Amino acid sequence: MQNRSILVPVLLCAAAVMFFRAPFMIDAAPYESTMGLIQRIFYFHVPSAMVMFLSALVCGVASAVYLAKRSPHADAVAVSAAEMVVVFGLIVLVTGPLWARKAWGVWWQWDARLTSALVLWLIFVSYLLLRRFAGAGSEMVAAAVGVFGMANVPFVYWSVNVWRTIHPNTNVVASLIPEMRVPLYWGTAAFLLLYIALLLTRMRLEASRMQLEAAYAEIED
Amino acid sequence: MGFFHTVWTIARKDLVIESRSRELAYTTLFFAVSVVLVFSFSFVVEGVALTDAAAGILWVSIAFAGTLALGRTFERERQSDTLKAVLLSPVERPAIYIGKLVGVLLLMLVVEAVITPVVGLLFQAPIDRAPLLLVGLLVTGTLGFAAVGTLFAAMLIRAQSRDVLLPVLLYPITIPLVIAGVRGTAAIFAAEPNLAVAQAWLAMLVFFDAVFLTLALWVFGPVMGE
Repeated sequence: MQNRSILVPVLLCAAAVMFFRAPFMIDAAPYESTMGLIQRIFYFHVPSAMVMFLSALVCGVASAVYLAKRSPHADAVAVSAAEMVVVFGLIVLVTGPLWARKAWGVWWQWDARLTSALVLWLIFVSYLLLRRFAGAGSEMVAAAVGVFGMANVPFVYWSVNVWRTIHPNTNVVASLIPEMRVPLYWGTAAFLLLYIALLLTRMRLEASRMQLEAAYAEIED
Repeated sequence: MGFFHTVWTIARKDLVIESRSRELAYTTLFFAVSVVLVFSFSFVVEGVALTDAAAGILWVSIAFAGTLALGRTFERERQSDTLKAVLLSPVERPAIYIGKLVGVLLLMLVVEAVITPVVGLLFQAPIDRAPLLLVGLLVTGTLGFAAVGTLFAAMLIRAQSRDVLLPVLLYPITIPLVIAGVRGTAAIFAAEPNLAVAQAWLAMLVFFDAVFLTLALWVFGPVMGE
């Protein structure tokens, strides 16, 4: 616990510095020939989407560990990661339509990536609703939802992909010119640092909450 | 008792209770038919149904009616705390899960056996064009929906606001099933049917069922443990 209290401020400072530097790097990157200025939202949109999927994976694995071993620590990781999916998912779902309005002329398209990101986001919102409203003993149910949510990602992706696709695909990243790739990686690293800092902070909050609950239970006994 | 014997005992218990009151079959069926009716007001323009509307209406009413049946099945178990009694009996947890699943699945299939012809009749959908493929889509889609639904309904039995939480959890997770079911059925019903597409969606449904049944069997034990 002690080293974590230093780790989080360090991570946050590093992320803050990187986020401060990011606009200058993005400004230095060349304009995309057809989309112009609006393409620059991509440097925030893509990293937050990556963090969102990573966080869903973290939540699913932590939920599976909790189901198998019942360690409260795994549950704390799962609930923190689920909240981060919703937070970073919100960034994705706000920046995406902003870009789409300019590039496609509409705020929303029923495209594969958009729909699967929305479905994934909804699964984790339902996870949080469950934890908030199901009352005592909802941890196990929530863990099952976490596992099912993670297992569902490929199905959602595949089914929506066959249904329809117009979103630029992931090959875009490999085809980027280096001047565009560097700010993207920079942004990804900044979002990752921010994610880890937030996750650790939220886990510490959850640990304190559990301690408090245990202390209450002890008094009542 | 062997595994399948336990499964059959539990499923038979639910079916006997249901056959005496027929509460679930009647209410669920009536509800499904009203859902079809409500949708017809939004998707029938100037007397003609929109393209693919029949497939969508069929699957949405199945999903809605299924949620109703799931909630009520487990509400019955909760009222006199009978699920606890079943869990206390010395049988394997997976057998209990499969037994409940078979009960829900049979009920939903009975409802589908009625509303599919109703949809066919009201929306001029050619349900006899590829009957085996259609039945395959309906059975695998319903199995997946019931597999996830039975697990979640059983887990939520002691939770507060379970009536609201069941659909909230169930619909986002079963979206791949609904997409596969609707697209597969629409490929059969279309003016120019494409049976290869319907078969691809059927394969996806079988795969989904296999993965989610395995997961549910693994999860049911620990979650219902206490």
